[in-house]
Amino acid sequence: MPIPRFWREIEQRYKGIGSRCKNCGEIYFPPRKVCPECRRESFQNMEEYELEGTGEVVTYTEIHEPHQEFEMLSPYILAIVEMDEGVRLTGHLVNVDYDEVESGMRVEASMRKLGEESPKGLIYYGYKFWPIDD
Amino acid sequence: MRDVAIIGVGETQIGELWNKSLREIGIEAGLKALKDAGLEGDEVEKLYVGNMSAGKLIDQEHIAPLIADYAGISGVPSTRIESGSASGGMALAEGYKAVASGMEDIVVVGGAEKMTDVGEQEAKEILSSTNDQEWETVFGATFESLYAMIARYHMEKYGTTKDQLAQVAVKNHANAAKNPNAQYPRETTKDFVKNAPMVADPLGMFDCAPISDGGAAVVLCPAEQAESFEGDPVEIVSIGQGGDYMAVHERKDICTMKSTKHAAKKAYQRSKLDPEDIDFAEVHDNYTITEIMAIEDLGFFEKGQGGPATEKGKTELNSEISINTSGGLKAKGRPVGAVGLNQAVEAVIQLRGEAGERQVDDPEYGLLHNIGGTGASAIVHILRRWS
Ligand SMILES: [Zn+2]
Repeated sequence: MPIPRFWREIEQRYKGIGSRCKNCGEIYFPPRKVCPECRRESFQNMEEYELEGTGEVVTYTEIHEPHQEFEMLSPYILAIVEMDEGVRLTGHLVNVDYDEVESGMRVEASMRKLGEESPKGLIYYGYKFWPIDD
Repeated sequence: MRDVAIIGVGETQIGELWNKSLREIGIEAGLKALKDAGLEGDEVEKLYVGNMSAGKLIDQEHIAPLIADYAGISGVPSTRIESGSASGGMALAEGYKAVASGMEDIVVVGGAEKMTDVGEQEAKEILSSTNDQEWETVFGATFESLYAMIARYHMEKYGTTKDQLAQVAVKNHANAAKNPNAQYPRETTKDFVKNAPMVADPLGMFDCAPISDGGAAVVLCPAEQAESFEGDPVEIVSIGQGGDYMAVHERKDICTMKSTKHAAKKAYQRSKLDPEDIDFAEVHDNYTITEIMAIEDLGFFEKGQGGPATEKGKTELNSEISINTSGGLKAKGRPVGAVGLNQAVEAVIQLRGEAGERQVDDPEYGLLHNIGGTGASAIVHILRRWS
């Protein structure tokens, strides 16, 4: 991905900052400028909202044919996670064997290295998920 | 609004066409369609070209005038339409609207894609560019993995099995075996599909459509003029388009395609038809799970019954409803921006009664279903036998 595009999003990727519609209270991540439910009533009426970082697995897969930048990790587990605030994210699920993954499993998001633009270039950071007991 | 007819169809072989460039593929399909309609070319008032990714695949943008130029109709106005893997179907919809509105009389709609000029790995990464790049791909998602997560969800929610997924591939290969233009015109077995190398669990290599080159084209005209041309006409009765969130994780029910449901609802409403009226359908089967969802979301089977219906043979040729008589994307092939036109060509051949060994018995209505990416865009066309 071109560097400026990544840079523009970096705060959300690092900190899990989304947005909340002040009109209906719905929380969005990635942040949206307009709430799809309230549309123009929400324009310029959205505030920043920081996710707690915990949620549960909705669905998952193990990828055996990744894109080039993820080849070193292959096979790896990818999951869609529903955060406790109701928003859903896609990300790697780590620190667990594939056989042990289940829908509904509790997970926590934490900041991890995602990939590299080139051996000397920008390193991407973002969230990955791992299982927690709670 | 005027009624619209298809009066000519043309299609290239689908496969790894190493000796043919994109422009040659586009021209071959277009000229075959013109010949079928009995036209010279100078009657054409407008050309639409469905193409997903020529910029990335062959480093050539602006391909609509390029194809017009090399087809010998360089003065004809032309526009490329892009909507991911629904580019072909969306181009057909634009052609339909141009004729229906009265703006143009003779319109050619073509679709072409040249995917094998890059390596297979690169072609697959380009297919993934219809993901949400910033919120899916960067976090490790491949195109197949998103469908794999949809498949797992469908399996857990409805009890859909790997055997049922495999049966989609077995059926579509059986149909492709009767289609001389198919990339894989041969049968396969459930065990072979199930034991193929894993791509993204639960989807193996034979749950996935191939990377393909190919093109297809149709000629449209007002229905009231259709009988004055050489080609046997078929009517486009209605179209419907739908949309959904771009990223799979944004959708509350990730194993229902809202875009498909909406597109189908519009197409049924506009034609005053029900799913029960449809005799056959070409549905988007880029992965085996996609066909199972499509036959549910198009209303042919209850939600969750797509797997069992497939397993019981209800979607085989001349059963309850014939699904993907051409072999589908799975076995006929996936020249990605052209598949909507490949579907249209198959439907016209069926409705003319010219499908030979894979002919549906006396069909009256055929439905085409083409989706972009993981389903953020969808287009449905309903075609009727000429009467
Ligand atoms: Zn709102």
